Amino acid sequence: MLHLALFAFFGIICVAGAINLLVQRHPINSALSLVVVMASLAAEYLLLGAEFVAAIQVIVYAGAIMVLFIFTIMLLNAGEEERTKGSRVAILLGVPGVVIGAVLVAWVLIHHSNTQSVTIGALLGDPKSIARLLFSDFLLPFEVTSVLILIAIMGAVVLASRPGAVARPQTTPAAAKEENEGPQLVAAGRERR
Amino acid sequence: MTITTYIIISIIKSLAVIFVLLTAVAYSVWLERKVSAHIQNRWGPTRVGPFGLLQPLADGVKFIFKEDLTPPYVYKPLYIAAPVISVVFAITSIAVVPFGNSLDIRAFHVGGLTIGPISTPFQITDLNIGVLVILGITSMGVYGVALAGWSSNSKYSLLGGLRASAQMVSYEVSLGLSLIPVLIWAGSFSLRDIVLSQRHMHWNVFYLPFGTLAFFLYLISAYAETNRTPFDLPEAESELVAGYHTEYSAMKFAMFFMAEYANMVTVACLATLLFFGGWLGPVWGSDGSLLNMAMPVIWFCLKVFFFMFLYVWVRWTLPRFRYDQLMAFGWKVLLPLSIANLVVTALWVAARA
Repeated sequence: MLHLALFAFFGIICVAGAINLLVQRHPINSALSLVVVMASLAAEYLLLGAEFVAAIQVIVYAGAIMVLFIFTIMLLNAGEEERTKGSRVAILLGVPGVVIGAVLVAWVLIHHSNTQSVTIGALLGDPKSIARLLFSDFLLPFEVTSVLILIAIMGAVVLASRPGAVARPQTTPAAAKEENEGPQLVAAGRERR
Repeated sequence: MTITTYIIISIIKSLAVIFVLLTAVAYSVWLERKVSAHIQNRWGPTRVGPFGLLQPLADGVKFIFKEDLTPPYVYKPLYIAAPVISVVFAITSIAVVPFGNSLDIRAFHVGGLTIGPISTPFQITDLNIGVLVILGITSMGVYGVALAGWSSNSKYSLLGGLRASAQMVSYEVSLGLSLIPVLIWAGSFSLRDIVLSQRHMHWNVFYLPFGTLAFFLYLISAYAETNRTPFDLPEAESELVAGYHTEYSAMKFAMFFMAEYANMVTVACLATLLFFGGWLGPVWGSDGSLLNMAMPVIWFCLKVFFFMFLYVWVRWTLPRFRYDQLMAFGWKVLLPLSIANLVVTALWVAARA
């Protein structure tokens, strides 16, 4: 009973945060709503008995990834979105489409799944069991995931490097000076002389 | 024990711990002012009560009566929420910190009620992922700083807030990695188990060379994480005006202040629990009889007081890092050292087993 009440409480917070993310106009409000969604998901994991995953969800997702999202929004100085008149065709087709899709998914899940109720603690969620599985049975996926993240980091470094750093160096000294200092400074230097 | 007894005891423990923590935060300000004064060959607060001991009270009254103005162009919801976020996450992590062994009260009768025999640990709750919870709460504390800097709508605040939060996020990595050797030896994330694995003076800091190295890496990362000198460029008085709390006055500034000192207390508690044996003391405390309940708490408080004193001592001794030196040190020195310490410790433990 209490378990159901807690599940409903955190589920409602999660869905409300997700809807708020779509509805808000300022991107920083959307990012903070996403943090609320992550935190309520962590609470849901706790209710399933997976305490290690819940802690890691808070540390990694809510505590590191979303902080970097918020950095980006602050640095880009993104302002409020402007209100446009919505396309009427999109509303006429979209809202019934979403409702029909949601009802279909729910019907399929309820009638065709063979799930049973499980008590907290029946499935292993403590760090020792997860570590044992992760480093023995699931070692290959673990290593492949780390290589994947490494590729993402390398891609980010290449994308963020200065545009002149990887270009071919210019041959004549005047052109090299222009490349280094920029056309305005070169012109100013020429004027002063 | 029954569920109502458990709830009542938990509420009483929470209230007591919060009261003690807030008083400790207020008096750590007093400690800082007195110690810094004596390091600089002057007296510090001496007028408000004996040895200036009522100075925090005077400070609190001042903050309450000060004009709490809100600049016109700030983004109001986040401007008001940011100090609240900082304080809430700074104070929450005391919930999993064990202060002593256990509190045993024999049954006694009051009027018609029998308050039965109660045995409860000196801790609000003993989670089996205690270390991870503290790391998670530290990660969430970055939001207060970042949102304060941005919502103040001022260049100094934005730059200070971004610098401070980038620094905190960078040093969180080496903080977590430096703690892993301790977890390998203790074999558990629970803080109580980690302390109990250090019985009979097998403190983790004496475990040469890995334990001592891990302790120093943890201490340096924690100083940078809490934005204290020598890593306090984002909020020092002579840099960037005052960083992310430039536009805050009175009570909201007091909340940032409280959050910083509460973070210091958390770091000090974690250092004593993980490296210095927590509540275990040399004479009493492990298996005593009469003072079984009180001595462990006294040992714990003495060790935490030593770490707070060390914080203040380091602050008024060392000059501060420049920001690029700070980030280079965190990523190029502390992180490889933490990872190397972790790998070598793991190999050593595996080779001996």
